[in-house]
Amino acid sequence: MIISWLANPERFSKVFAPVRPWVAGLSLVLFVWGLYLCFVSPEDYQQGDTVRIMYIHVPAAWMALFTYLVMGVASFFGLIFRHALADAAAKAAAPIGAVFTALALITGSLWGKPMWGTWWEWDGRMTSVLVLFLFYIGYIALHASIEDEQRAARSTAILALIGLINLPIIKFSVDWWNTLHQGASVFRPGGPTVAPAMLWPLLMMALAYKALFVWLWLIRIDTEILSRKYNGLRARLGFREGGA
Amino acid sequence: MALSLVVDALSLKKGYRHLINDLSFFVAPGECVALTGANGVGKTTLLRTLAGFIRPDGGRARYVDGVDPEESVAAQAHYLGHAEALSPGRLAGAELDFQRAFLGGTAAGQAEAIRRLNLSPLLELETRMLSAGQKRRLSCARLIMARRPVWLLDEPMSPLDTEHRAKLAELMQSHLSEGGLIVCAVHDPLPFEVRELRLMAPAMETVYG
Amino acid sequence: MTPSSSLALLRRDLGLSLARGGGPVLAAGFFLTLMAMVPLSLGPEAQTLSKIAPGLTWLCLALASLLSLERLFERDYEDGVFDLLRTGPLALEWVAFLKCLAQWLGTGLILSLMTPVVMILLGAPVGVAGWALVAALIGSFSFALIGGAGASLTLGSRKGGVLIALLVLPFYVPPVIFGAGLMQAFVTGAPVSQALSLLCAYGLFALALGPIAMGAALRSALN
Repeated sequence: MIISWLANPERFSKVFAPVRPWVAGLSLVLFVWGLYLCFVSPEDYQQGDTVRIMYIHVPAAWMALFTYLVMGVASFFGLIFRHALADAAAKAAAPIGAVFTALALITGSLWGKPMWGTWWEWDGRMTSVLVLFLFYIGYIALHASIEDEQRAARSTAILALIGLINLPIIKFSVDWWNTLHQGASVFRPGGPTVAPAMLWPLLMMALAYKALFVWLWLIRIDTEILSRKYNGLRARLGFREGGA
Repeated sequence: MALSLVVDALSLKKGYRHLINDLSFFVAPGECVALTGANGVGKTTLLRTLAGFIRPDGGRARYVDGVDPEESVAAQAHYLGHAEALSPGRLAGAELDFQRAFLGGTAAGQAEAIRRLNLSPLLELETRMLSAGQKRRLSCARLIMARRPVWLLDEPMSPLDTEHRAKLAELMQSHLSEGGLIVCAVHDPLPFEVRELRLMAPAMETVYG
Repeated sequence: MTPSSSLALLRRDLGLSLARGGGPVLAAGFFLTLMAMVPLSLGPEAQTLSKIAPGLTWLCLALASLLSLERLFERDYEDGVFDLLRTGPLALEWVAFLKCLAQWLGTGLILSLMTPVVMILLGAPVGVAGWALVAALIGSFSFALIGGAGASLTLGSRKGGVLIALLVLPFYVPPVIFGAGLMQAFVTGAPVSQALSLLCAYGLFALALGPIAMGAALRSALN
């Protein structure tokens, strides 16, 4: 199977090294195109120009959830099948997800001021996304504080799996608590309610974010593999010199 | 009581590198295997795997009943490691009572352990007051308190004085004569007939997957 | 054989958590100190205090529950006691649960008994005492289990204590909300059943997930 063939980290590095520049290029093209669309798209009849924050904010929020989901899936495979590559993939995704979450929180706050007249409101959606951010921070801190790589991978994987509970809470928070944050308008039963003129730039930006994520993720996985290889070689050297 | 140990194509990793590769051996009831080899070669890791603390990365280790081909439960073994499993603030006697109750031992066994390992002067002391050798004697008590067919010992002799080394050797021999089996990591040779299993320096290449 | 093993472990751990008065006295003292700081920092107006008393008490309860977590598994981990426990007849999940239970009996129970008193001292009506106690018992027990999961994850890591707080506090948010909500509902005369059932649901969630997570984390830590 192709997945198990690729699961060998050395092979993974070799296969994806030439792919990375293409992903970077794709991301760049999508960003340029998406940002162009953002600025030519019409103003909202209620929100005016501030609606353009949406094109930064909404994809960042999507990515915050998506990255956590990726981390959860990778953690699951790492924990159950004890796969080194899955561990690396989960670890590599965490800081990227944390940045996307921070971006979503900051842009949301910037958008909230003109729209709702407040920088921050303790409603369900915002609070649960803040908790997601705290999970990312906790995950990174836990990983950093356990020296043994494999143990760190396992402990953080358990944490990531427990934290998955937060995802449905974030997704449905706007339905469960009837608060300031608006409900879903793109991924909802019965099709999107966003005007097509705004939907296109939004989707383009979402794709651009996704490509950016894939690019950064591949780089970080590769770095992780290299650093492990380095540590392995060093341990071997230490054994030769100090031991037998 | 008659269990034998079957280790089949066992592979162990430490971190992401190989420690033990494709190791197979068999220990019959009444047999003692002495694990030897340089520091860091994987003796402790192997013992902990046999105790069921570590899931092997390949192959397996199981205890087989003489009659029943089914593998038996893991709680058939005593594991004595470097750490003595004693809480510093508790009395030695209280620790002994706890271990006996927790492991399902008998009061008669506890009395026998106290007698054979000469523990009665220690019972009223807090365990943090004990020397390394005294602690080890306390740990050895559970071998007698709760009878189990498999003993996994990690350098059991090292902190003991000459007198108690002889006593422990005696205990081990009587365990063997009752059909028990022992796997024991050692640096100094044991004072009775054993089979030696020398672990060699592993390849130590970094492995993935 | 299993019940006597469980009992032996419970007795030992309870003894350890009560030994020298360290655990309970420390937690209770911390709880009271936090409470005393509230009127000092917010001003002693009865009006303000009585309005925020339930929420603040729950916050103090959550923080006081954090205190003892670091030593929950750490001591036995360092002394190698887990090697002994794992060769015993009990599953590691059950061992972890019993340790949490002993810890809770040693500290959480006492904190729960103090909760109504603290709440009333801060100005909540005396009538809340009964519900406050019930809610605090459920809440502190879920704190113990979820906290235990956090403690097992950080086992053997550097800077354990702060890290546990960081990992565990987000999970303490729901019971704080439900517990304080229950008090609020009682005070305003609304039915308490909704907040109570949410609190119970969270308790069951902690009961189901906590031991599994602790077992998995301990297994990985105790290689």
